[in-house]
Amino acid sequence: MTIEEFGRKLRAREVTSAQVTEACLQRIESDNPRLNAFILVMADEARQQARDADRQLAAGHDLGPLHGVPISVKDLYDIRGTATTAASRVREGHIARRDAPTIAHLRQAGAVFVGKTNLHEFAFGTTNEDSAFGPARHPLDPSRSPGGSSGGSAASVAAGMALATLGTCTGGSIRIPAAACGIVGLKPSYGEVSTEGIVPLSRTFDHAGPLAQTAADACLMYHAMLGDVGAVPPAPMPVKGMRLAVPRRYFCDLLDDEVRARFEEALNRLRDAGAHVADVDLRHAGDIAAIYLLIVLADAAEYHAATLETMAERYTPPVRLRLEMGQYVLAEDYVRALAGRDVLRREVDAALAQHDALVLPTLPIPAPPIGATTVKVGSATEPVRNVMLRLTQLFNVTGHPAISLPDGHTASGLPCGLQLVGCRGQTDVLVRVALGCERYAMSGSSPRSGRVGG
Amino acid sequence: MMNVDAWLQGAVADAERRGLPELKPLLEALAKSVTAVRAADFNVNASSDAKPGHESR
Repeated sequence: MTIEEFGRKLRAREVTSAQVTEACLQRIESDNPRLNAFILVMADEARQQARDADRQLAAGHDLGPLHGVPISVKDLYDIRGTATTAASRVREGHIARRDAPTIAHLRQAGAVFVGKTNLHEFAFGTTNEDSAFGPARHPLDPSRSPGGSSGGSAASVAAGMALATLGTCTGGSIRIPAAACGIVGLKPSYGEVSTEGIVPLSRTFDHAGPLAQTAADACLMYHAMLGDVGAVPPAPMPVKGMRLAVPRRYFCDLLDDEVRARFEEALNRLRDAGAHVADVDLRHAGDIAAIYLLIVLADAAEYHAATLETMAERYTPPVRLRLEMGQYVLAEDYVRALAGRDVLRREVDAALAQHDALVLPTLPIPAPPIGATTVKVGSATEPVRNVMLRLTQLFNVTGHPAISLPDGHTASGLPCGLQLVGCRGQTDVLVRVALGCERYAMSGSSPRSGRVGG
Repeated sequence: MMNVDAWLQGAVADAERRGLPELKPLLEALAKSVTAVRAADFNVNASSDAKPGHESR
């Protein structure tokens, strides 16, 4: 059941928030031992919030599209009175004194918080494997990663444990798990959605945003996070006449064959529907990973400097090593990387000047097996982390809004994702593009794993 | 400006001194990124590690 479907049924008195919340909690009870998507289940609080939502609606107080909607929250956001673990033993004993502004906005919008979801420790990874609570697992194949770092969040929606969820994104941590799990992930334009009350990874690249089952639901969540509770999804941009640009060099050089096939099929459907699809080139695309790495490592090392000094043994070893590595980045190289960021930003701006959106795959590979450190893509063997970040990290560097839509699945049933990128500061326009493209991206029905209401 | 080889040598030595020899391959990977950023044509002042033949802005 999507948020929109829930809203219609709620207001038609066909369902209550209490019923749907209970269904989510039951799904958590039955499937969380297998998926490890949740670090904290807030069953009592959620039931109380849902009953309150039903009472308010019965009394004529309709808070808008998120009224009574059960959602999950990445355990990087502060929810007052609960621990924000960041999936790390470093945070033991922490209790949030107040809601993050995004959480406060969702609370005001009537959302019901069913629990806090698992993640890659401190959001510093793409697989969700390095967590003090053990790895979250893919709902369609628990031997695989759901992606990360918002892996538990994506798994919770894909498995029907929540109707939508909150993620964070520093290099792709919303879009990567969304693509891996076959749902929608929206990274708004940089700075649009508050990151206050969210444990940072890189203040230069951090974004907060939703994962949901549809672009319209993602739009509703995005507006609620902004405090714009009454917003409704905008009209889809017509695909006929839509101007899309494919940055082929670099972005299409290293793709799994089935991911490439799904992407080209989606482009063909969009062309058939009247979209103009052209190729563009980003001249410094080959420098993206280096620029990203220098900045994210140094930013993360700065935030973690004190705890690396006093409690380094509490980090998972791989995350600790990445944080330690950041301490060796020279200030002069950090400044050079910032100069590179400006160049990349101008190049993406220029590519978008004559187009409504860039279009590219989200994730070069399907969800990888848990424990894999390298992956074979075509004839190349590459580190899993590098491959998973390859197509998303640029838009954290430049701050452009980006969204991942489900784009069919492989022969073995693993989802693929289609990424759309819009102009800076124009997330709503990107959402209009996504609403227009959504049905052309989805080839046939993506496999669903028992989402609430089918 | 410290060249990349000298930086890497110092970083690896420091990591070993701190009991973190497993940082060495990560620092070697980081050195490649440092070299790439210094060699990029948007960094006209990072000449000592720059690849020859790169155009300047």
